[in-house]
Amino acid sequence: MSVPNYWREIPYRYMLVGGKCINCGKIYYPIKKVCRVCGSRDFQQIKLSDKGKLVSFTVIRSPPSGYEEFAPYVVGIVELDDGVRVIAQIVDCDIEDVRTGMELEATFRRTSTDGDSGIIMYGTKFRPIIEQ
Amino acid sequence: MRKVGVIGIGCTKVGEHWATPLRDLFAEAALLALDDAGIDKIESIYVGNMLSAHTQKQEHLGALMADNIGMPGVQAIKVEAACGSGGIAVHEGFKAVASGLVDFVMVGGVEKMTDISTPEITTALMMAENREYSAFSGITFVGLNALCSRLYMETYEVKADEMMGFPVNDHINAVNNPNAQYPFKITVERAIESAMVADPIHLYECCGIGDGAAVAILCPLEKAKKINKPVIEVSASATATNVLNLYERDDLLDFAATRRAVNQAYSMANIDKKDVDVLEVHDAFSIVGVLSLEALGFAEKGVGARFAAEGEIAIDGDIPTNTMGGLKARGHPIGATGVYQIVELVTQLRGEAGKNQVKDAEIGLAQNIGGVDSTSIIHVLRRR
Repeated sequence: MSVPNYWREIPYRYMLVGGKCINCGKIYYPIKKVCRVCGSRDFQQIKLSDKGKLVSFTVIRSPPSGYEEFAPYVVGIVELDDGVRVIAQIVDCDIEDVRTGMELEATFRRTSTDGDSGIIMYGTKFRPIIEQ
Repeated sequence: MRKVGVIGIGCTKVGEHWATPLRDLFAEAALLALDDAGIDKIESIYVGNMLSAHTQKQEHLGALMADNIGMPGVQAIKVEAACGSGGIAVHEGFKAVASGLVDFVMVGGVEKMTDISTPEITTALMMAENREYSAFSGITFVGLNALCSRLYMETYEVKADEMMGFPVNDHINAVNNPNAQYPFKITVERAIESAMVADPIHLYECCGIGDGAAVAILCPLEKAKKINKPVIEVSASATATNVLNLYERDDLLDFAATRRAVNQAYSMANIDKKDVDVLEVHDAFSIVGVLSLEALGFAEKGVGARFAAEGEIAIDGDIPTNTMGGLKARGHPIGATGVYQIVELVTQLRGEAGKNQVKDAEIGLAQNIGGVDSTSIIHVLRRR
């Protein structure tokens, strides 16, 4: 992956920044150019919720290039508290303990490497919320 | 709009064609189709392919394929819609003939997956969804389908053995298909004991990696009637899309692109699902077969898996499905699959399917999808 290709997505990946339709309130991740619900072109960038619950998940045992060091790992769809859905790895728990519906929170992590001399990439993963 | 017919079909065996380059794989199917049609000239070529830029570092497939079969000079266009590239090639060819712009059109698909390693092909297949947000998570294509499979199994309390209807059926039918990649039977027991690829999807629920090419020749129906073969009409060709990324959809279990396209197709062909005698479903994974059956209207929501497991998709069942082996056992050379489906339906409607012949088959329907139903292409074929 080229540096500009990685760099331009940094705010959205590192800080979970999405887009909210100013007209109807629909939230997207990533932001769109036109709202599919109301047709509006007016969006504002918003910081998405850091918490949500797990809609579905899988265990990746045969990973793509650049992700080998993490396998086997869990990837799931998380519905955030503001209603928008994201896809991310679920970490800091045993694979056997992952359940649909579990409460999760965002955490900033290393995600993949681009060969021995390429860039090291970071992004958002999710982990179980620990009861205080 | 003119009516369109299919006058020629050809395909290679799906498998590991180590010694054959991409262009020759396509040519093998193309020459078989031309010979089957009994013609040696066409005006236009549509080539469906998804991965050649990765697998062979090759693009410009239209001119490449035309040149290799001795036709530099014709219109030649490459089209792409991930795993639906072949279906899109047929759809574009259909529009070209129906519009009156051209008469004789070659529509084909080709894919050569075995030239790169499994991790590389795993990475390349994720080009079907948004690279920056979906693939970036580390999800794989089988993983996306596994997200649907888990939700389906939990929502409708479906057990692992009940998910095996499609793979078991496909393997039974592939035994009599000389072009199938895996022409042997499997059992439910062996399938549920096979390794997990992306939980809860087992190895035996997944299509394999293979090379293959399939080609069909289209022309105006009036001209097709003058050729000494059973006349097969393309009575509908429809395509639609859904939200690209699976995770951005409100309902992960609704194959909305297929629903939209099939409704257009039923209307265009002026038929109902009850009129379909033989069905080709894009079952890249067992869950995809199940959700497709439901979106096509052959099973109620939540019932598709048990419907398939109970034998209703067998050749002697309620709706004979994937009669030549489907994606699981005939094989799924990505951009070629949509055209293999057309080749197989034409074989059935001509009455040339041998031991797998569906008696008196008159109407066939093929569903080819790109991504997890991000694009769906439906064709209805009818013997005239």
